Amino acid sequence: MPKLTLTVNGASHELALDTRTTLLDALREHLHLTGTKKGCDHGQCGACTVIVDGRRINACLTLAVMHEGASVTTIEGLGRPEAPHPMQAAFVKHDGYQCGYCTPGQVCSAVAVLDEIKAGIPSHASADLAASPQVTAAELRERMSGNICRCGAYSNIVDAITEVAGRQA
Amino acid sequence: MRFDTPATTNPIDQLKIIGKPTDRIDGPLKTTGAAPYAYERHDVVPNQAYGHVVGAAIAKGRITSMDLAAARRAPGVLAIVTAENAGRLAKGNLNTATLLGGPEIEHYHQAIAVVVAESFEQARAAAQLIRVDYVRAAGRFDLAAVKDSGRPAPLFSGPADTAVGDFADAFAAAPVQLDATYTTPDQAHAMMEPHASIAAWDGDRLTLWTSNQMIDWTTGELAKTLGIAKEKVRLISPFIGGGFGGKLFLRADALLAALGARAAGRPVKVALPRPLMFNNTTHRPATIQRLRIGATREGRITAIGHESWSGDLPGGKPEAAVQQTRLLYAGANRLTTTRLAELDLAEGNAMRAPGEAPGLMALEIAIDEMAEKLGLDPIEFRILNDTKVDPEKPDRPFSQRNLTQCLRLGAERFGWSRRSARPGQHREGRWLLGMGVAAAYRGAPVETSGARIRLDGSGMVTVETDMTDIGTGSYTIIGQTAAEMMGVPLDKVVVRLGDSSFPVSAGSGGQWGANSATAGVYAACVKLREAVAQKLGFNAAEVVFADGEVRSGNRRVPLAEAAGESGLLAEDRMEYGDLDKRYQQGTFAAQFIEAGVDAATGEIRVRRMLSVCDAGRILNPKTARSQVIGGMTMGVGAALMEELVVDKRLGFFVNHDLAGYEVPVHADIPHQEVIFLDEADPTTSPMKAKGVAELGICGIGAAVANAIHNATGLRVRDYPITLDKLLDRLPAVG
Repeated sequence: MPKLTLTVNGASHELALDTRTTLLDALREHLHLTGTKKGCDHGQCGACTVIVDGRRINACLTLAVMHEGASVTTIEGLGRPEAPHPMQAAFVKHDGYQCGYCTPGQVCSAVAVLDEIKAGIPSHASADLAASPQVTAAELRERMSGNICRCGAYSNIVDAITEVAGRQA
Repeated sequence: MRFDTPATTNPIDQLKIIGKPTDRIDGPLKTTGAAPYAYERHDVVPNQAYGHVVGAAIAKGRITSMDLAAARRAPGVLAIVTAENAGRLAKGNLNTATLLGGPEIEHYHQAIAVVVAESFEQARAAAQLIRVDYVRAAGRFDLAAVKDSGRPAPLFSGPADTAVGDFADAFAAAPVQLDATYTTPDQAHAMMEPHASIAAWDGDRLTLWTSNQMIDWTTGELAKTLGIAKEKVRLISPFIGGGFGGKLFLRADALLAALGARAAGRPVKVALPRPLMFNNTTHRPATIQRLRIGATREGRITAIGHESWSGDLPGGKPEAAVQQTRLLYAGANRLTTTRLAELDLAEGNAMRAPGEAPGLMALEIAIDEMAEKLGLDPIEFRILNDTKVDPEKPDRPFSQRNLTQCLRLGAERFGWSRRSARPGQHREGRWLLGMGVAAAYRGAPVETSGARIRLDGSGMVTVETDMTDIGTGSYTIIGQTAAEMMGVPLDKVVVRLGDSSFPVSAGSGGQWGANSATAGVYAACVKLREAVAQKLGFNAAEVVFADGEVRSGNRRVPLAEAAGESGLLAEDRMEYGDLDKRYQQGTFAAQFIEAGVDAATGEIRVRRMLSVCDAGRILNPKTARSQVIGGMTMGVGAALMEELVVDKRLGFFVNHDLAGYEVPVHADIPHQEVIFLDEADPTTSPMKAKGVAELGICGIGAAVANAIHNATGLRVRDYPITLDKLLDRLPAVG
């Protein structure tokens, strides 16, 4: 089986994987990093969102062997229960989750969304493509719409992200 | 402990910890990915193999042959289980169709095989190599076509037909009448975590790590299906990635993991692939509902009739869409009927607020239409027909009912006075704006529920119950209950849930979980308090538990010292008398929507949402609010997008994934407001609580529909209200 080197949450891993193994299954089944969730395995729900080389992607829609040498940040790399990332703490404070299954993907997306706005990347909700996008509820809702939360915590998730964005500004 | 007279003052009433908007105690685990869900338990048993489920490719008929040879030879394959080699299987009492089909096929994507292999990829690839030949039989897939063959079918809460007074005469004589028919489509739970299980056998004992709302039911159902003693089966389900009724029962993942593990001789994990879930598991059945309402010119309802038709597999159950109509509004002459036709689609069953959610989607449009005919404000029409007693049994009061207050407070907070009674009057650029309201009703059942409480020598309190937390906040409110009862801070309580080796609880369903499970913990805590008092020689009637101490008169002993090195253990359950017969116990809400409809394209956007809820004592306003906004979100889905589209020729739900079955996303949902009336209902339990998890969805669908009508003047009676149903009727755009 092909060999692969991945840096995940700062640690280097040598893996020998079936070429059909998705990045998601490499994380969950081979590295036992099960914080990244499998909700649909078809890029339709966002539960598997991770940050690869600084960009958020659906880990179910990409094969692990396509990421030789890549640097992956998963939910476990953002923070831990006893030392959470500010976004994780804000989700707890604002009750931005219920069952918790979409939550790691929401948190990873939220962290990346704030970086995208900071980098000036526009969205469908941006009125002016040439102006710097701002952290507005409309921008957050648009950019977060690839992450489904069937429990319906959206209103609280936007509150959590808004608070973190305010603190960063 | 038995609860058969209304509660008086008890330690919960201190409200030091109960009633506070505490962060979830499981929050740090969930937000960091450290909470383990069913499929993820690499830690519990080594050498797990992977099972991949194969679903039937026809809706009804018979398998004539299955060629497994190529699959068996495929790399990594360890075993293939089909109905032919699985051994004798029974059907669970709560399943309508068998979970492992063949040779008879009862519905599309009924499981017909599980392929077990060393890896997920190998199992999936081998499953594609199974060749199945079928003979199709004619099936019934179109509710409208078969509805008249429907038979009377009882609801969970009453008979198929109810009648009070003389509906036909009163309706005929009413000066103002409405006779309208509404339809709601099949809907999917679409919870984020697919059904998943890991099964491991140890001799004749089976352990199943799974994702299930009802541990005791499902332990029994799995044992029955496999033909083994219930005592030989253990279920463990501490974290559940959503359920909404879709994980109430034993499903194919659990059974096929158990069968696969037995065949392969090693632990096996199985998750249902997302595209299989929609036709393989249960769904909320479609309904056709006819509402007839007659009223005086002043707006008093004199006749109200609600008839509902739904379909299910032979032996299945109806959607109980009429049940709230028996209770929500006054009126001397009443009629409900429920008819169930046979359909050969996948099994219909409970989804969040079964009955009320689709029933109110129809009833609360009808009420809006009636108010319009009467020239009354829809809030005033509802208030005029409010009732404090069961309309069918006037000597039976509601234990509490503050629907009028909900409507009035909501109207004030939402700015209802700015709504124009005449539709189509408000325009903001390209947007036609409107407001809608609906009443929500959901029963407040309680169920027997048990718990075990341990107090150890360090003063820690550990609660164990087989109750589940499906996102509802059970961990937190159970911890709050134990902390309040034992007089300790919340961080001195450990809550362990979802294990069949723990005392049997009410489980998560029917909006009964919060009140029932915490009342069971209350009962166990009462017993533990007695044990502590007895050990110390204190008078149990006078003893006070506070600040980590036990106090009696001027004596005070730290709890840790009272427990001693051996600790103290108590177990009890709460059982109920007939208070639910003497009183009608329910939860109420007034739900408000502001919607915008694009004048040119018919695009519909929900702009503002408010729910004002009357739901007994709110144990934790933070988690309760989340339950309500979650229901409101699902209600928007029901109003605007959710529909399992039936292929009426081949007999299956076509849009069987999350791209085709659309649910609300971030961009669909505005900021949501929730107000809870400050209530406590002493008839429901010592907690004086009810439930809110299903209330939030009940009125939203109709409130959205009514807001769209107010915006456009167009009445749509067939859900979901998609823009194509408006487009050709919208006013011409210049």
